[in-house]
Amino acid sequence: MAENKKVALEKKDRISVCWRSTFLQGSWNYERMQNGGYCYAMIPAIKRLYTTKEEQAAALKRHLEFFNTQPYVAAPILGVTLALEEDRANGAPVDDAAIQGVKVGMMGPLAGVGDPIFWFTVRPILGALAASFAMSGNIIGPILFFILWNVIRYAFLWYTQEFGYKAGTAITKDLSGGLLQKVTQGASILGMFVLGALVQRWVSVSFPFKVSEVQLSEGAYIDWANLPAGAEGIKTAISQFHSGMALDPSKVTTMQDNLNSLVPGLAALLLTFLCMYLLKKKVSPIVIILGLFVVGIVLHVLGIM
Amino acid sequence: MNIISIVLVVIVAFLAGMEGILDEFQFHQPLVACTLIGIVCGQPAAGIILGGSLQMIAMGWANIGAAVAPDAALASVASAIILMKGGQGAEGASTAIAVAIPLAVAGLFLTMVARTLAVPIVHGMDAAAEKADFGRIEFLQWAAICMQGLRIAIPAAALCVVPAEVVSNLLNSMPAWLTEGMSIGGGMVVAVGYALVINMMATAEVWPFFFIGFALAAISDLTLIGLGIVAVAIAFIYLNLSEKGGSAAGGAAAGGSGDPLGDILNDY
Repeated sequence: MAENKKVALEKKDRISVCWRSTFLQGSWNYERMQNGGYCYAMIPAIKRLYTTKEEQAAALKRHLEFFNTQPYVAAPILGVTLALEEDRANGAPVDDAAIQGVKVGMMGPLAGVGDPIFWFTVRPILGALAASFAMSGNIIGPILFFILWNVIRYAFLWYTQEFGYKAGTAITKDLSGGLLQKVTQGASILGMFVLGALVQRWVSVSFPFKVSEVQLSEGAYIDWANLPAGAEGIKTAISQFHSGMALDPSKVTTMQDNLNSLVPGLAALLLTFLCMYLLKKKVSPIVIILGLFVVGIVLHVLGIM
Repeated sequence: MNIISIVLVVIVAFLAGMEGILDEFQFHQPLVACTLIGIVCGQPAAGIILGGSLQMIAMGWANIGAAVAPDAALASVASAIILMKGGQGAEGASTAIAVAIPLAVAGLFLTMVARTLAVPIVHGMDAAAEKADFGRIEFLQWAAICMQGLRIAIPAAALCVVPAEVVSNLLNSMPAWLTEGMSIGGGMVVAVGYALVINMMATAEVWPFFFIGFALAAISDLTLIGLGIVAVAIAFIYLNLSEKGGSAAGGAAAGGSGDPLGDILNDY
């Protein structure tokens, strides 16, 4: 990388590329996946770096080759590609194979980082937090989700693209450093913890059918017929309830009470494990979802759930 | 729904459709899409509550590799329109979700169609690249994005023009066992999303954290934020400890398979 470059990318070109990378997946297709979006994102740089029609056409075709990764981690790859194209435009011996090689070489491993971090850690955590506000009708939930997500996303796109651009061809070395691995590990610890909590809180599997009904002895339940009239009666009932007297003369134990006394949420946990098992057996999530609706309806009609 | 609401709903649906493929701004996520539709229909509270409930279900829906999850964009838009038209307010949320999820599954067909139609579009780009025609490539990229928008906007418009009575009659005519059964099913469906996520993230090393989270969540006084604080603290403690102890135990692992990413890159 010489100091006296003939052409260099300006910051506004890089900003433009970064903005356009937002539309990376727009022409996602079964043939070459994100190729159209990648080419679309590179256009400002290609316009800046190459002047002849032949060079421009060659550059456009180069970036219409197969490409597919998690859309956000495409940013550092774009950054490296920008640096390579800049070197090439300045006469460095960077051939098509080198550029394609860097793109293909980075997209797999980076997708392996981007998918779990964004789709399976940041979005579920942010989503769960925001949804817990939203479920009580609080508009803070959706606003929080939308703003936080987009700030995190755009900051990531810009800084990793700039990082890729600066690191140029050396980026592959930086990636194998310890920091990224630490971030990934920390994210998966956080993710698993929160998932455990979410399974307990939000998967609802309940078996309200009666297991036993025991007649309580006199004095162990509130004797509704003999309470004082009016407010005094309510007061007496509440104080009796607090002192541990039952509401009804018989004690009903449901299947759910039994399960909860073992581990609250045990059924939810087992259901989650079952889903994981089925997914590993390559059962489509869609089949499982529809199946659970059917099971819910059938067991409800049978009075089990 | 009046004409203005319908137009605005279709615009929201168009945005959700675009985002369903781009996955950047998150207009297709239930929290955002249902809230926006609630606002343009004058029932913001119902929209927000629906968005929150559906978000919990759609949490792990992401298309990774061969696994295809239901279409979050269509699920959000369809359930919100059904809820708005049913006139039951937030009470109708679980029924609206139960009706919308099968629709979202059917919507996968539209996704496949759109992704196939994009093939001739990129062939158009190839031809434009030969001539170094930048404008044409940009136009085609946007044409493809708009096609994805229409993928949701058209079904949304169709749902809007179905008379409200038809929707509410349909919802009212469903027997109690069916609606109750479907909301029980809806409560369990959440597990599928979580299972998808867990299968992606789980390793022997991080499983214990799942169970700590599970056990602590039973304490209902701990809010999600409280749980989050505990989780961050534990993650930091673990990372710091493993760094200190790393020289003894972790050192051997780190050399070979401890950094699979690095290995792949080095091999390349």
